[in-house]
Amino acid sequence: MRTLPVLLEKEFRLFFRSPFLPKVVVLFPLMIMLVIPWVTTLDVRHIDVAVVDGDHSRTARRIIHKIEASEYFSLRGVEADYAAALRRLEAGEVDAILEIPYRFERNLTARSSEPVHIAANGVNAIKGSLGGQYLAAVVRESIAERIRELGGEDSAEGLVVVQNRYNPTLDYRFYMIPALMIMLLVMICGFLPALNLVGEKESGTIEQINVSPVGRWSFALAKLIPFWVIGLIVLGLVMIVARLLYGLAPEGSIAAIFLAAALFIFTMSGLGLGIANRSANMQQTMFVMFFFVMLFILLSGLVTPVESMPRWAQGLTRILPPRYFVDAMRALYLKGASIADLWVNYAALALFALAVNGWAALSYRKQL
Amino acid sequence: MNDREAVISVRELTKCFGAFTAVDHLSFEVFRGEIFGFLGANGAGKTTAMRMLCGLSYPTSGWGRVAGYDIATQGEEIKRHIGYMSQRFSLYDDLTVLENIRLFGGIYGLSRREILRRAVGLLRRLGIRGEAHTRVRSLPLGWKQKLAFAVATLHRPEVVFLDEPTGGVDPLARRQFWELIYEAAAGGTTIFVTTHYMDEAEYCTRISMLVDGRIQALGTPAELKCRFAAESVDELFRRLARGAKRAQE
Repeated sequence: MRTLPVLLEKEFRLFFRSPFLPKVVVLFPLMIMLVIPWVTTLDVRHIDVAVVDGDHSRTARRIIHKIEASEYFSLRGVEADYAAALRRLEAGEVDAILEIPYRFERNLTARSSEPVHIAANGVNAIKGSLGGQYLAAVVRESIAERIRELGGEDSAEGLVVVQNRYNPTLDYRFYMIPALMIMLLVMICGFLPALNLVGEKESGTIEQINVSPVGRWSFALAKLIPFWVIGLIVLGLVMIVARLLYGLAPEGSIAAIFLAAALFIFTMSGLGLGIANRSANMQQTMFVMFFFVMLFILLSGLVTPVESMPRWAQGLTRILPPRYFVDAMRALYLKGASIADLWVNYAALALFALAVNGWAALSYRKQL
Repeated sequence: MNDREAVISVRELTKCFGAFTAVDHLSFEVFRGEIFGFLGANGAGKTTAMRMLCGLSYPTSGWGRVAGYDIATQGEEIKRHIGYMSQRFSLYDDLTVLENIRLFGGIYGLSRREILRRAVGLLRRLGIRGEAHTRVRSLPLGWKQKLAFAVATLHRPEVVFLDEPTGGVDPLARRQFWELIYEAAAGGTTIFVTTHYMDEAEYCTRISMLVDGRIQALGTPAELKCRFAAESVDELFRRLARGAKRAQE
């Protein structure tokens, strides 16, 4: 352990002398934070709609007017019949068709109306299904208003649930930003230590270390500590950007966020180091790292909720460290949870950190 | 000969990779202050044998001691008492000359003041005092090799292992490098060196010829030339290496 300070000095010097690394560590997170929150939204807008108005009533006009006024839809025209509208859908000119049947309004008051028909293009699954739901919400809203005007009763019944889905204040950006922070930590703290170590293998400098009396723990720590520091700095940087640019401040305590992030960073950097220890060259390291990163991003609830995965996959997420961090980050950032609420996540992350780093240090072999 | 102290002694040392026997029952001794030339064709097993002696690789069977420590069980102890210079230049290119010296001095537990003291003497001996703050990357190869040797001997090891230390430089740089080797040997450091340059082999105290993982000849250059009736070590080498069954790499 006496050699740790000299090894750390070397790692930091080499990091700052690299023509590439210091820039990457600042620019990569900035680019991601400046661009990605605007584009990774599941909030579907500009759904192209064709309306088939068979009714020409006030209700129908109200519905069409609402569609025109909404930023979620672009009205692409009112067609004479359904067949014409369907041709436009097939041609890809519109995403959804709304058909208001003949005598819809009249039958509405009599409660025997033929239903409004919505057809959505499901090729783009998200746009299709969300578009259909948005349209249904618009129609129900219009009908409810109309019934109220006509003096009907219990008109709001069954309409409230939909209103939530349609809630325009459900901001995907706030949901995505903590996820982006996590992806950045996965990339920076996982890949950089791996690249660093395998770089020493390829340049042959590790040979000179292997014939010296450097201990395995000093060696592992000297490789890991710089990336712990860098990871926490990057996190601070992106939190500042989130606050200044998107007005997203964490609801929970900043200390709790940094503690969770530190545990997660330990885990990721240990994983990177262990994989590099066991790889012979850069390609091997990169490929194995990509495998884990894909798994982590897609299976941890980062982009799709764990709750909607099949049961066996949900079980699988429990053995992946990011799942606990994703949970914790969202709860800390958006819900304002405390360490006490999330103790299971902290404990799991601490266990992963210990196990992975122990494995990484043991996988460093000076003698074969 | 037996009154001299053996710094390296090896008995029946063997290393197999699967069915392939890279080093086949080697037995020899290297004495303090010797320059021991470890010669052999490519693929003869030189580097494998040297890696075992340095504690980088475990022997499959056999026994060996380096600087008083067992190579199978006391690898880390051996590492404190040896220096090693590989055929690939392995100092940090993006650190300066002085920073490399400080790094390796620190790894071997020398104090900062002691490192600085030795560094000053070393840079003067190498004639590169003006380059202390130059990044190693920009030094010519001959200087890099001399620096690597100096760093490998900075902690005053008992034995220094040199794996083809002078590959790729001109005869003048090689000559200068060998002056450093002589100087270190005169100071009591044992030198264990592999080389492909037969003129360099002539400078060694003793040489061994490795063919297919076995030692075919061992003695002073003069003894061996006499025994095999060869004009030079070069001729001796060609005659012995021709008997190799392993494919040349």
